[in-house]
Parts: sequence; C-alpha cells; structure tokens
Amino acid sequence: MRYDAVLNVNGTDFPVEIEPHRSLLSVVRTELGMPGSKEGCDDSECGACMMLLDGRPVNSCSYLALQADGRKIVTVEGLADGGELHPLQRQFLAQGGVQCGFCTPGMLISAKALLDQNPAPSEDEIRIALSGNLCRCTGYQGIVRAVQAAAAEIA
Amino acid sequence: MSATYTAAATLPEALAALASGARPVAGGTDLVVGARQGKAPLPDSLVAIHGLAELRGIAETGGGGLRIGALVSHADLVAHPAVRERYTALADASAIVGSHATRHVGTLGGNVMNASPAMETGGPLICFGAEAVLVSESGERRVAVADLLTGPGRTAARPDELLVAIELPAAAGGSCYARLEYRRQMEIAVVGATCAVTLEGARIGSARVAITALTPRIVRVPDAESALAGGDGGAGAVQAAGDAAAAAAQPISDVRASADYRRAMAAVIARRAVTAAIARARGSSDSVPIPASPALHGADRD
Ligand SMILES: Cc1cc2nc3c(=O)[nH]c(=O)nc-3n(C[C@H](O)[C@H](O)[C@H](O)COP(=O)(O)OP(=O)(O)OC[C@H]3O[C@@H](n4cnc5c(N)ncnc54)[C@H](O)[C@@H]3O)c2cc1C
Ligand code: FES
Ligand code: FES
Repeated sequence: MRYDAVLNVNGTDFPVEIEPHRSLLSVVRTELGMPGSKEGCDDSECGACMMLLDGRPVNSCSYLALQADGRKIVTVEGLADGGELHPLQRQFLAQGGVQCGFCTPGMLISAKALLDQNPAPSEDEIRIALSGNLCRCTGYQGIVRAVQAAAAEIA
Repeated sequence: MSATYTAAATLPEALAALASGARPVAGGTDLVVGARQGKAPLPDSLVAIHGLAELRGIAETGGGGLRIGALVSHADLVAHPAVRERYTALADASAIVGSHATRHVGTLGGNVMNASPAMETGGPLICFGAEAVLVSESGERRVAVADLLTGPGRTAARPDELLVAIELPAAAGGSCYARLEYRRQMEIAVVGATCAVTLEGARIGSARVAITALTPRIVRVPDAESALAGGDGGAGAVQAAGDAAAAAAQPISDVRASADYRRAMAAVIARRAVTAAIARARGSSDSVPIPASPALHGADRD
C-alpha cells in the first residue's frame, strides 16, 4: 500500500505517495530528482547519504521516508545560497577535502550539523563528528582542515 | 509488498495499532538497519511512534530519581546535566553509541527493546535499578530492566506493550560504563562493564557491577559486588572485582574476538569501570565518556 506524505526538502514542500519500506534517500533521489546525497552502503555504515532532519544528522538510506512526513530535511543541494557556495563547500575545495567526491555530500552535511551545534570545534570534536562518514580517497586530513577553516570563516 | 504503516499521533492510537499486531518503529536504527542488512525483514505492519509527545523528555521524579521518555535520544541523554552528574554510566554508554547521526536518531527505548546482549545502556540501567514502564490497552505495569531483558533480542514485554519510559531511582555516589572497542566510534562493545558505587566515609558502601557482551543477557555479577562492598576500594578489591567479572563471563568466539580474549579483557574492562566509578564517587570529574584506552587519556573527548 502507498501512503501520502509531504517532504519539506531544502525549504520546498514535495507531496509524495510512497510505500512504507522506502528509504528517505531513495525517495529524495528518485522521486524528487535530487541526486546529491549518495548511496554507498545502504545500511548506515558510510554516511554518504547523510541529511539533516529537523536540523539533526540522519543516515537517510536507513530512515523510513514516511517518518520524515511533515519534517524539515536539508540535503547537500540546500547548502549553497543561490550561486554562492557555503563556506564549508568552498573550504572543502580550497583545502583538498574533495577527491572523487562521493563522500563529500555526506561529509558536508555532517560538518554542517557539527558547526550548527558547536561553532568552534576542536580537531578531536571534528573527527568524532565525522566518524560516521567514510572517505576512501583523501585520508581525511584535507577534510578536517576544511572544517576548521570554514569554522574560522563563519565565526 | 502489502505493508501497512501508521504514524501514531497519540498514545491510544499507538496502543491500538500494537494491539492489532503492528511493530513500533522509533528511530529505526536497529529495526530498519537490521532489515537492510538482511538480519530480519521489515515487519509488514509498522506503527511509527516518533511523534508521540508522551514519550519525550527527561523529568525529575518525586523520589529524587529521573523519568526518561522512551523516545529520548542518546544525544539528549549525553547532553542532560542530571544524567551526566547522577547517572554518569548512562551518559558514558549513550556517548559511544554509533556516530553523531546514530545518537541523534537512536532512542533509549529502542536500545532497550532491541535487547542486544552487546547494547550499551543495559548495564548502567540494571546497575541503577531502573524500571521499564510498559503500557498497553489493558493498563500499565513496571518491570525492572534486569527482568525485562530475557535473552538476545528477547524481552519480557508483550507485543501489544509499548515502553513509554524508563524510571531511575535516586542515585548517590559514582558510576562508569566502559567498553573494549577497536575504534572510538561506529563500534559495538566487544566487552563492556558497568560499576556504580556509593561511599560510606572513605569506604565503599554498596557496589553494583554488570557485564555486557559477555553473557546471553546483560547480568550483574554478585561476586564482584561483594568484593567491593564495605572495602577500601583499593587495588586488591578492584583486582578481585575484575577477576569475578571474568569468572562470570560466558564469552563466545566470533569475528570480533575469541572467547579467551573476551574473558581476559572482561577483567581489564571491569577494573577500568570500577576504578573510574570509585574515582567519580570521590569527586574526580573524569570525562564522559571515559576514555576507551589509556592511550586516549587526556584526549579531548568530552
Ligand atoms: C551505525 C550504527 C551504530 C550503532 N552503534 C551502537 C552502539 O555502539 N551501541 C548500541 O547499543 N547500539 C548501537 N546501535 C544500535 C541502535 O542505534 C540503538 O540500539 C538505538 O538506541 C535503537 O533505537 P531506535 O529508536 O533507532 O530503535 P528502533 O530501530 O526504532 O527499534 C528497535 C526495536 O525496539 C522496538 N521499539 C522501539 N521503541 C519501542 C518502544 N517505545 N516500545 C516498545 N518497543 C520499541 C522496535 O519495535 C524494534 O524491535 C547502532 C546502530 C547503527 C545503525
Ligand atoms: S548509504 Fe547510508 S550510510 Fe552508507
Ligand atoms: S573523496 Fe572519494 S570517498 Fe571521499
């Protein structure tokens, strides 16, 4: 059976009709056509699918889309302000935080969740906040530097 | 797939759904993730309980204890001053669940009702003498968490019962939950131990010790407790408590550790929990969570 829901993604309401088992990730990518969030593992290991749900990070591959009905979702598509990149996005580019880019949308969302809560995190706090996000390319150093630089810029 | 789903807006709605056979889903970090990993298919009939205001919040009880709603997340537990100060072992436990996302989405109720022998909050709840408040259409009953957890993935709750809250009696003294882990986050306990002690002057008054991931269900270790109670809390007593924890273990061998290694580490981790609980009872403000390995001592983990 399909159920009606309204997903508010990056400030816009999207009415959808979906089955109970559908993940938030699959609905946002395929129904809503926003492919920024990635599917790496599909079971909460890698963090490539990270979104904000009411401001808090969630592994969207393993969250039922229907449970997000009526709630506010932010994906990587929602970070830039028009044509202006978010400081985190700019610093990921500047500091070598991106190589293949597959982990980047999830990394950015986890980093945003951290800075929203803790605007001046220590390096250790950054590493803990990003521990649910795997990167197979960068070795993480550039990513940590990027979050530090963005935090300094926002402050 | 002919699955059905309701999002309960009120407690009676949730209870009616349970009575007609629906399974509750809170954060889904066990239920939905388990289905995706192929452990068990997602139940055909689901009732989402994340919107129930009745299951939220942490409140002081008349008796000096705390009532913690089943939907309280691990992140909220770690951030709560009364949990950190009076029920520190519970804060230690919630602080090391999964990743930031797991801690925001995963709930105390889900952790308890999933009843994994390796789950983090069980040892602290049992040592604090916590009670589960279970509600169904036929009324409310209270079950000690120690009796609620009956085996791997099994509880004493009926399928039509919803866990609405966990109640903690007043606590004095200090406590700690420690686990053996191979990395700091996104980990499950290879071995875990909890200790809660009260002081009588310079001596230990009462002591509670529980072991995690070492028996089919999380249990207290009476021999470890009597090794500590009434003593000076010195190295000999700590050693004896650790040895008792190892003796009570019935470890398994799996991909994460051999039974022998688990038993050896049971003593080490139990000593670590006991030492920190006593130190905290005596006023030290060891960080939450307690550093997992001595190498991390002094690291900024709070
Ligand atoms: C990446 C990852 C890492 C993790 N790491 C840890 C860890 O380190 N330590 C640890 O202990 N756990 C860990 N977990 C497991 C899980 O996150 C926790 O157990 C969490 O607290 C479960 O809460 P939930 O709300 O998501 O439960 P759900 O998945 O929604 O529910 C779990 C079970 O409890 C039942 N249930 C839920 N709420 C109620 C209720 N109020 N009344 C009756 N039944 C209920 C459900 O029907 C289901 O059977 C991890 C999970 C993931 C995905
Ligand atoms: S795709 Fe969701 S955590 Fe990997
Ligand atoms: S940049 Fe390739 S996985 Fe992180």
